Amino acid sequence: MSSDRSDGSGIVFWQGNEVVAEAAIAAGCRFYAGYPITPSSEIAHVMAERLPQVGGKFIQMEDEIASMGAIIGASLTGVKSMTATSGPGFSLKMENIGYAYMAEVPCVIVNVMRGGPSTGLPTAIGQSDVQQARWGTHGDHPTIALAPAFHREIYLSTIKAFNLSEKYRIPVMLMLDEVLAHMSEGMRVPEPSDYHLVDRVKPSVTPEEYFPYDTRFGDVPPMASYFEGFRFHVTGLNHTKTGFPTTNPDICQSEEERMIRKVMKDADALAEYESYLLDDAEIAIYAFGSTARGARGAVDEARKQGIKVGLFRAITLWPFPDKAIYALAKRVKAFVVPEVNLGQMIQEVERAAHRDMPIVGVNKVGGIPIPPSEILSKIKEVAKNG
Amino acid sequence: MAKAAIDYLYYLRADKLPHMWCPGCGIGIVVKAMIGAIDDLGWDKNDIAVISGIGCTSRAPGYLDMNTLHTTHGRALTFATGVKMAQSTKHVIVISGDGDATAIGGNHFIHACRRNIDITEIIVNNNIYGMTGGQFSPTTPYGAKAATTPYGNIDPSFDLVELAKGAGATYVARASVDNGRMMQKLLRDGMEHHGFSVIEVLANCHTQFGRRNKMSDAVTMIDWIANRVVAKAKADKMTLEELEGKVITGLMYQNKERPEYTDEYDKLIERVQAKTSAKAGSGK
Repeated sequence: MSSDRSDGSGIVFWQGNEVVAEAAIAAGCRFYAGYPITPSSEIAHVMAERLPQVGGKFIQMEDEIASMGAIIGASLTGVKSMTATSGPGFSLKMENIGYAYMAEVPCVIVNVMRGGPSTGLPTAIGQSDVQQARWGTHGDHPTIALAPAFHREIYLSTIKAFNLSEKYRIPVMLMLDEVLAHMSEGMRVPEPSDYHLVDRVKPSVTPEEYFPYDTRFGDVPPMASYFEGFRFHVTGLNHTKTGFPTTNPDICQSEEERMIRKVMKDADALAEYESYLLDDAEIAIYAFGSTARGARGAVDEARKQGIKVGLFRAITLWPFPDKAIYALAKRVKAFVVPEVNLGQMIQEVERAAHRDMPIVGVNKVGGIPIPPSEILSKIKEVAKNG
Repeated sequence: MAKAAIDYLYYLRADKLPHMWCPGCGIGIVVKAMIGAIDDLGWDKNDIAVISGIGCTSRAPGYLDMNTLHTTHGRALTFATGVKMAQSTKHVIVISGDGDATAIGGNHFIHACRRNIDITEIIVNNNIYGMTGGQFSPTTPYGAKAATTPYGNIDPSFDLVELAKGAGATYVARASVDNGRMMQKLLRDGMEHHGFSVIEVLANCHTQFGRRNKMSDAVTMIDWIANRVVAKAKADKMTLEELEGKVITGLMYQNKERPEYTDEYDKLIERVQAKTSAKAGSGK
């Protein structure tokens, strides 16, 4: 049985937030630290209930910064760890998210996006943290951010977030929005046979021969846990393979390049998306999260009216699917990019398309989802001007 | 306790020496006392995590041959809480400076005290931000000069012992670098104490604090500390007038009755799992 909270039928009717929490347990998450914030709090509620049942631990910390620090600490001891938050909390976590990049510590951060900036619209949808997910913390770093749109996909993406964090030794962002988080949807809970679990690679050498950032084993060095006899050092300062600080320009340069390369060399494979009616499309929509659900409705309606339009539904926000969008841009005449912000991912579509063509946004930031009718209007307008 | 001489190098990463602190810095005395305390307790260095934030004091873990974690400014206790929650049978020691622990890390400090989680926090209080260039901290004395108080400090300062007690720490002590023996004993007892332990260590930063306050060498500054401190046993017999301007050192407070946080969580797990397995009718 996947979960103690289902009725045994395998079919559940859960909020997106509940899906994330149950999937995290299934992924092997055994430590959660969080701070109350709408609209992500239900993730903490379920983790507080479920973790002790499976021998894991939950802690409500004094603030968002502390929650982020705590999951890094727990992960360094070998325990898969997660925190969840929303915009204002995401901002506060950025300091230690940067630490996790620099020290290469696996962990998962869920951001249930609401309206912003600042306190913004605590109970209403936003999709305006997507560039923050990419560049929120200071310094260069790669980013893996997933944005599923359906509950079963949320479940599998949560597991994937843990798997990728373990595989690449980096913090991975799971970007939901308020609508998905609070919407209940029937789904069949994935069985363990529907997914696989990834654990960080442990050292194959003796403690005497071990270095925490030893690239002899590839761009993702094997990771020992604290208290296993390896007695290694971890710092947020630039460091050598030994984990100790350095200001040597050559080492700083090569290590920072490695930390980006370890993810970006797999960028194409990481960029997961769903193509819907794109084969003969003249207009492509790029959308993600709950907005992609509405966009799909708009595509269906436009097709009925004879407009050749399809949907590129991004499941991975970062790394951005550069090659797929570039290829698509050669085939279509225009892009429509609906998003609940004032134009964030559209900049990436423009960059990746690398062509002089109409790329138009549908942007709403009033705390309501984008109605399919507004996406349809934009499709028709673009088709007419085509 | 006639023990063999302590093999300090066994606990140190000798290849990381010499250390980066100024000649005469008090932090070295604290590290020596830490090693002495750990040696006395007989702890296996594989079972110890030493965690710090940012600042001069926070460089100490790098020299210790243990599981060491140099975190972000003020956040050492948050990482330490994660480490301790995940591995509650292991020993977790945090070492911080006054600015790191009680200004930027102030919120984490009071909440770690409140939870009474079994972590030992050593606060090396040298009354100044040393590494960043001598700015005043929450423990800089009234009137003192610092890089950011060129006309004298008008900020009232924290009493770290009272702060720790008030917030719920169950072992609270104050030591000073002029008395290494007493420091080692207090560190040892704090590490052994099952709950959140705070040991404030009065230390000299003649480079950044002393230089601006007519105490520009280590000896003058350590004398300044030595002349102010009074051991608890002696202080208990002194009048308030006699204690004017003095700082009391020693064990200031201990409570062995209050439950420790990870114990409480382990009990919670037991309770929940008993209920869950009764419901499911399985042993899991």
